[in-house]
Amino acid sequence: MSKKKEATTCYHCGDLCDPIEIFSDEKSFCCNGCKTVYEIFSENDLTCYYDLQSAPGTTPSEISGKYDFLENQDIVKKLLEFDDGKHQIITFYIPTIHCSSCIWVLENLNKLQASVTTSQVNFPKKTVRITFKSDDLSLKQLVLLMSSIGYEPYISLEDYTSGKKSIDRQLIYKLGVAGFAFGNIMFLSFPEYFEVSEFWLDRYKLVFRWIMLLFSIPVVFYSGWDYFVSAYKGLRSKILNIDVPIALGISVLFLRSVAEVVFDLGSGFFDSLTGLIFFLLIGKYFQQRTYSFLSFERDYKSYFPIAVTRIDTYKKEESVQVYEIMKGDRLLIRNDELIPVDGILISGNALIDYSFVTGEAAAVQKISGDKLYAGGKQLSGVIEIEALRSVEQSYLTQLWGNEAFKENKVQAFNSLIDSISKRFTIIVLAIAFFSTAFWLYSDSTKALNVFTAVLIIACPCAIALATPFTLGNMLRILGQQNFYLKNANVIERIAKITTIVFDKTGTITTNKKSVINYEGEFLSEQEETLLFNLVRASNHPLSRQLYDTLSVKEIIKFDTFEEVIGKGIEASYKGISIKVGSAKYVNYKGEQNTLQTSVYLQIDEKYKGCFNFQNTYREGLNEVFEGLKSNSKIAILSGDNEGERVRLTSLLPKETTLLFQQNPQQKLDFVKDLQQKGERVMMIGDGLNDAGALAQSDVGIVVSENINVFSPACDGILDATHFSSLPSYLNVSKKSLKIIKWSFVFSFIYNITGLYFAVTGNLLPVIAAILMPLSSISIVVFTTIATGYEGKMLRKN
Amino acid sequence: MSIIYLLLAISIVIAIGFFIVFIISVKKGQYDDVYTPSIRMLFDDELVKETKQTNTTKTEKLN
Repeated sequence: MSKKKEATTCYHCGDLCDPIEIFSDEKSFCCNGCKTVYEIFSENDLTCYYDLQSAPGTTPSEISGKYDFLENQDIVKKLLEFDDGKHQIITFYIPTIHCSSCIWVLENLNKLQASVTTSQVNFPKKTVRITFKSDDLSLKQLVLLMSSIGYEPYISLEDYTSGKKSIDRQLIYKLGVAGFAFGNIMFLSFPEYFEVSEFWLDRYKLVFRWIMLLFSIPVVFYSGWDYFVSAYKGLRSKILNIDVPIALGISVLFLRSVAEVVFDLGSGFFDSLTGLIFFLLIGKYFQQRTYSFLSFERDYKSYFPIAVTRIDTYKKEESVQVYEIMKGDRLLIRNDELIPVDGILISGNALIDYSFVTGEAAAVQKISGDKLYAGGKQLSGVIEIEALRSVEQSYLTQLWGNEAFKENKVQAFNSLIDSISKRFTIIVLAIAFFSTAFWLYSDSTKALNVFTAVLIIACPCAIALATPFTLGNMLRILGQQNFYLKNANVIERIAKITTIVFDKTGTITTNKKSVINYEGEFLSEQEETLLFNLVRASNHPLSRQLYDTLSVKEIIKFDTFEEVIGKGIEASYKGISIKVGSAKYVNYKGEQNTLQTSVYLQIDEKYKGCFNFQNTYREGLNEVFEGLKSNSKIAILSGDNEGERVRLTSLLPKETTLLFQQNPQQKLDFVKDLQQKGERVMMIGDGLNDAGALAQSDVGIVVSENINVFSPACDGILDATHFSSLPSYLNVSKKSLKIIKWSFVFSFIYNITGLYFAVTGNLLPVIAAILMPLSSISIVVFTTIATGYEGKMLRKN
Repeated sequence: MSIIYLLLAISIVIAIGFFIVFIISVKKGQYDDVYTPSIRMLFDDELVKETKQTNTTKTEKLN
């Protein structure tokens, strides 16, 4: 934590050049990786990369052997988008794309490798689409090339199973058709608006009207078709959704207009009709545009590798697709690789990080013969395991068989607009029938006219627009505040939450920092120097954390140094020996707190003390709980042991439920249980171990230290730096609903004004043509201003 | 005054022509990524300055 070192920053990636600094070309680099990338770029005339943005690069990671599976042609075939034997096209997802320099260098790949024909970056999606000559360059070589310059593609099991992705452009086409027809019809109906009774215009009126009729046909039957489908589906399941009055309005508008043109009674309402559909589609489009660089639908497949190394009976290594792993197969798991199936450890030093599965922060040591579960990440060296189950039957992956993952939260939720539209439709129909009945009695020639006019004017265009525009805007405002929601519907669901369930590790605690306190004898200056140098030399996660908290000392060179993987490190300097590691490793026999992660220190064969690692809670945690407890109940579930119970209880409001050692299934069941008691549950978690609970909850939010790193399927992703703003985000969601309700009030006023004309039998096309767009536009303006104001208040806080 | 039929026909043909161009541009993926081209545009100059190679046209050939 206390990095007071005055260090230069790396020319390539901008990180601190610490503890080592490497020079090349009078520029400093933090590691050899960065230096190599710089050299590749400068050799190939690509140094412009550094002019566009300062320190744009990312450090390349070690990848030897990782991509051997790309030699397997079956896997390659699945990944390629196009292959004609000579040219191949592939789209890579590259999480490290982050600035304009990235775009520039990736689109100039052909300068590094002539066999790359074209490469095109999609920045919002962080993908690059590469066409290359397959005779000269294999996919594996391409991936290695990209990794060497710090743009390692992320290839996961998901890419293998999902197959070809097609982009849905339906809405843009529909919007185009509606806009095109709307514009032309407006032109053609201009003479009618001014009621110019000029001879020539009168003569050609009919031609104009017929052309308008022709233009409106694709709008109704193509652009507006979804509303009919949705209304029909709603009626069949006996729900009067908002699309019922819309579909009714559209069909009545169309039929009456056609009748007027065919029987030469009037000009029809083609302008209002096409305008209505155009505006509705704009609302839809506005709501649909969300964050293409985030995915809210991930399951274990996006975490799992495509292939692993299998060792056959003749000790030969081969890459196999993970679905082909069978019980009894021997697998080789390299450093930093994920274990894809449940298995038994055969040989090697296993230090497994189960944070994905259980949320337990500290890695666990396993010995030969121990059972290993799928989803664990190997942290120290190579191990060999024997598979016990196939991928789908493994402990972790079975979770996805739960029906919570099949449920559609949007459909299950009864939104505000649904409940309003139900009453609305009934009232409109009642008015239509009553006024028709009245006119039938007093002037029957006008009855049909009035009936259709009521249905036309009451078409809830403004109501239908209020929700997408308010929520769509709010979605963007929250996005600017680093709270990314899956879709607009989530905001409505957030506003109705009654219970909030938190995961502990990684959610309310940070992964990055931990507080370490020292218990034991006082350390002299010399001893501290030894300790500093010892942990500096080790790459173990605990050593790195300890190193970060120690104050900087002089750098010395040890006479001997040894790292016993999984146990500890020891070294000697001028006859003084120092040992840091587990209690067993330093022969400490005293009292131990098994619930805590500790590292023990021994100098000159004498036990000195131990360092206890404690979780750090996120900043502002107290305020978050304070802010939330007034409106909702709070519960905390943890996969960890009870070591932190006392500390946690002191932080939490009194009625909080606290549960420890919860496995993923138990978390899911806990949420389900609450829901059965009538609570609306928001689950806030961070990893795959919460995936079940996130899917089961009404709203599942993932807290993420780095939003580009994968998070499990959820309804929203919250950037960890904004964790303390959570209560105000919930608050603003509630306010959005209020804005929608106000918009409803306004649109009712318009509807009533229009109804006056309709019921009295005086609805002229020009009034409809003014009133309908006016109401729509004023609602759009109102919601934009209101949400903008809320956004401003949010930023101030 | 029957010229109005011709004028109408022409105007509609032109409008439909533009509409077809729009459909083609959507099909080619112009609307899939509306952000990157705005940055890419700024690089074209630098490419010419840096190298003698012709500017690679980044149109998608296959859909």
